[in-house]
Amino acid sequence: MSGLTLQNVTKQFGTFTAVKNVELTVPHGTFVCLLGPSGCGKTTLMRMVAGLDLPTGGAIKLDGKDITNVPTHKRDLGMVFQSLALFPHLTVGENIAYSLRIRGVGKEEQKKRVDELLSMIHLSGYADRPVAKLSGGQRQRVAIARALAISPKLFLLDEPLSALDAKLREAMQVELRQLQQRLGITTIVVTHDQREAMTMADTVVVMSGGEIRQAAAPVEIYRRPADTFVADFIGMTNLIDFNADGSGASVLGASIPGLAVPAGLKSGIISIRPEDVHLTAPGNAPVTGTVTFVRDLGGTIETFVEAGGKQLVAVSMPNARPDVSVGQSVGVQLNPGDCVVLKS
Amino acid sequence: MRREAPQKLTDYGPLVFPAGMLITFFVVPFATMIAVSFFKRNPSGFYTPDFVFENYARFLSLFFGKVLGFSLFLAVTVAICCIVLAVPFTYLLSRAKRRTQVLWLVALLSILSLSEVIIGFAWSTLFSRTAGITNLLVMLGILDQPVALNPSFGAVLTAMTYQALPYTVLVLYPALVRLDPTLTEAARTLGASPIKSFFTVVVPALRNTIVATLIMVFIFALGSYLLPQILGRPQHWTLSVLITDQAIYQSNMPFAAAMAVFLVLVTLGLVALTVIAGRKGEAA
Repeated sequence: MSGLTLQNVTKQFGTFTAVKNVELTVPHGTFVCLLGPSGCGKTTLMRMVAGLDLPTGGAIKLDGKDITNVPTHKRDLGMVFQSLALFPHLTVGENIAYSLRIRGVGKEEQKKRVDELLSMIHLSGYADRPVAKLSGGQRQRVAIARALAISPKLFLLDEPLSALDAKLREAMQVELRQLQQRLGITTIVVTHDQREAMTMADTVVVMSGGEIRQAAAPVEIYRRPADTFVADFIGMTNLIDFNADGSGASVLGASIPGLAVPAGLKSGIISIRPEDVHLTAPGNAPVTGTVTFVRDLGGTIETFVEAGGKQLVAVSMPNARPDVSVGQSVGVQLNPGDCVVLKS
Repeated sequence: MRREAPQKLTDYGPLVFPAGMLITFFVVPFATMIAVSFFKRNPSGFYTPDFVFENYARFLSLFFGKVLGFSLFLAVTVAICCIVLAVPFTYLLSRAKRRTQVLWLVALLSILSLSEVIIGFAWSTLFSRTAGITNLLVMLGILDQPVALNPSFGAVLTAMTYQALPYTVLVLYPALVRLDPTLTEAARTLGASPIKSFFTVVVPALRNTIVATLIMVFIFALGSYLLPQILGRPQHWTLSVLITDQAIYQSNMPFAAAMAVFLVLVTLGLVALTVIAGRKGEAA
């Protein structure tokens, strides 16, 4: 099949297992984000795809061909490093043309391709500048253009936007996604920024402790997290313990009618997103709590409520601003359809 | 951190000590030597103060020209050999494990503790017919009988390269350690084999360091006067050997001084040329 397939890929450094039995299929032309906290093995996984580290077990296949032991320079990749790794002794144009020069492409053709790529990254006329004279965002674009010069089979980016300031980063995320869609190139991005992952990816792969916790579309990851780690790592959430008997489930001492719990599960955790927590007058909802803090951010309002010894967060939009103040008693409504049941 | 330019005379205070040392131990002796090079030699005694050019005039002969040419050639060859050996070696060393690095650096530093005399005689033993390395080749069946490898140009070159190599490695090491390892990784992802990435990224990125090291080894090798005598034939003697000979055995200080001054001038000229060539290369 076309695309990238990882089969049971494992990497050990001495006794430390950085990546554990990873199974992943990336169909041709999709944009995948490897997302996780630092040290979760996402960069190691990408380095193995690039061939910069060799897996201790498992196989990596590209378009059906086993490339596990193919050296990096024969994999036809494009990779953008966190440090960008632009060659300081070469000009912008020479940096971009490097992969073409190595492959013995003629000077005329090199120049044509460099001009093409420079106009794609909106830096036409910069070919003769030294890379040291560029701004952070410009260097970023040059690194991307350099990686795309040979039209690679795989486009890999390791924390590509982490060095940019917040505003530029957001703009580059959109630009990168648009570029990827235009070129239809199979792309893998390593990031620890979930917003970045949600913005760009077709598939978000959440990793922790060297393992894949969940691989799914961004909305799916957000709405239907596979476990408490994913629920907690992606966006804000409320994780609440529940107890179940045969007839129904109870949360924070109140029963939630209609909450579907897998048969036989006695206790666990439910995840409910703050925007699904609705505040009403006390008595109108099964759970009652006390408002401890209100954070009005203008665009959204976060209300912190203590209920049953647990801190809950409710987020509402300005047009549905809850009329509450600190110390006030409120009813907390949890709709069973918004709760995701997770094993504890 | 940006420092302010000195404002008052007292701001130059910290410079007094180094300046004093430089004047006492470098400027004064060098000036003395320049002065002596214009003195007149007294055949019965030492020399008498004078201002004559005959010391320089005597130097402008085919014989001394050849010696000067050979000295420069030898020093350049040693410098190139050292760079060719040391750059790949230091590159691999800088990517090795910490322990391996320390072991190699200690071994290299221990070579520095050897005097030139010991290095010379050690190599002359290794190159000898009776106890040298050719006996090993005979044992391995590569040679029929042991041969003497010295005195020869190869023997001089080997020993001088051996002596200068630790300096070369130690000068290159910090620059190579600082070199961002992702640069070569980036080159590999862009399609360059490890060897190609070494020559297209590591070497060009370190060009200035390499040129500086080349100059350092060149000057270092130019001053060598023991090894050519121990391991070479008279035609392998460098200008430094002749200077020593004139100064110590022939008691002709003015002529020795003239040769030394000339050698310094030629060296400075070559270094300046290298630097200018380097600047031009950078601008292009």
